Amino acid sequence: MSATDWRAVAPQSARIARAALLARLREYFSNAGVLEIDTPVFSSATSPDPQVPSFEANNAGHFGYLHTSPEYPMKRLLADGSGDIYQIAKVFRAGEHGRHHNPEFTLLEWYRLDFNLPALMQEVHRVIAAALNRPVEAIQLDFRQACVDLGGFDPWVDGADKMRDCLLQGGHSVPESMGLDEVDGWIDLAFTQLVASQFPSDRLTFVEGYPPSQAALARIETRGDQQVAARFEAYWSGLELANGFHELSDGDEQRARFDAERAKAEASGAPQRPVDERFLAALQAGLPDCSGVAIGLDRLLMVLQQVDDINEVLNFPVARA
Amino acid sequence: MANYSTSEFKGGLKIMLDGQPHTIVENELVKPGKGQAFNRVKVRNLKTGRTIEKTFKSGESVEAADVLETELQYLYADGEFWHFMNTTNFEQLGADAAAVGDTKLWLKEEDMCQVTLWNGEPILVTAPNFVELKVTETDPGMKGDTAQGGTKPAYLETGAVVKVPLFIEEGEMLRCDTRSGEYVSRVK
Repeated sequence: MSATDWRAVAPQSARIARAALLARLREYFSNAGVLEIDTPVFSSATSPDPQVPSFEANNAGHFGYLHTSPEYPMKRLLADGSGDIYQIAKVFRAGEHGRHHNPEFTLLEWYRLDFNLPALMQEVHRVIAAALNRPVEAIQLDFRQACVDLGGFDPWVDGADKMRDCLLQGGHSVPESMGLDEVDGWIDLAFTQLVASQFPSDRLTFVEGYPPSQAALARIETRGDQQVAARFEAYWSGLELANGFHELSDGDEQRARFDAERAKAEASGAPQRPVDERFLAALQAGLPDCSGVAIGLDRLLMVLQQVDDINEVLNFPVARA
Repeated sequence: MANYSTSEFKGGLKIMLDGQPHTIVENELVKPGKGQAFNRVKVRNLKTGRTIEKTFKSGESVEAADVLETELQYLYADGEFWHFMNTTNFEQLGADAAAVGDTKLWLKEEDMCQVTLWNGEPILVTAPNFVELKVTETDPGMKGDTAQGGTKPAYLETGAVVKVPLFIEEGEMLRCDTRSGEYVSRVK
């Protein structure tokens, strides 16, 4: 510990900007008739996805997890008749720290009944403009087309060897330990290094239509002759701001995806986590047709403050927490 | 041998890559959406000084390099090795030409140097940032010309050659910056 470690990293201007940003968001949602709600940070279950590492917590002998996002309990509220809802929550991802990551960060998550994905993307555009308090330009790209045009690979057709070649040709190093059977890992690396890195720095970039293997909790649709996940992300330059889904509401399909993720976790030696049975029961009871999205507010604040290091907008990043 | 997980990566961490000791210069977490996380790191080879980029899957482990930064006193060279001494326990170590490199031009007896040890063996010697060395040979000085520009080469006792102002004479002591290889001032 250094002698000045007790002090905040973020300057006072970042605190003032954060308070104003939160106030503008709450004003937007209040005007839009979306209800602010809260759900527990500590839960008995968490995401089984081995790529979303949870903090483990101990409530006097009862083991549980800090939420990685408030998605499951918010969907329980939707199934319970809450109507449109939003939440601003601190969420936790174990081990993630860097220039664009802090293991504890602030997420804005909201759900809209009867919104399809284009309608929700338009609202994300409005919400971000409201948060930044200025007009914002946006472009929309098709995930597959962006990969072909900017990265030189087609995730629906090409194998991992093609993506590896594109990365190496682009002067990027690749992990020696990643096998060519780990196609999604290669898509992730090629997309971040070759595609998202080329997104414009003065506007929002929406990317829509993900490979079905990267659907997470989104519906899978058939478009023409290809299967596509109804999922989008919003970027500012290469910085990922938002992730949205046309929400999967089929409880059986959701259980099958959980089982697949648990199998993946088991195969990779990651810890097994209990399935959130209350969440699955809520889907069985009936989740209304809805789309939902989460925005990382610390990153949005980075855009507002024009900084490229998340630590500059956090009072006490993990190293000083 | 100890291992480091990628979650422990940070600047200055010493790791083994391709059988060579490296130090992490920069570590960046790359994590798309809901997908696989990666650590993209810049690493410097401690033997060659070359910096390269490496990408790891987050959660991987890498062997730790048994590397120690020490402050040792330079004693003498015997033609094959440059000998250094630990001034607390008086242990002596010999560094070969590969470890000393161009630093040999700045090594003056009794100066304290930074010596990087790998498995106990010196692999890199860094001279002090500033050293004071005697001019062994230079063209005769020009009296009175103290202000105007113009330089000439001066040969120093350790073998280094620096550009000096014209008024510098043989036998004078000069303060030099070993990082830039430049003359700084006369030592009174």
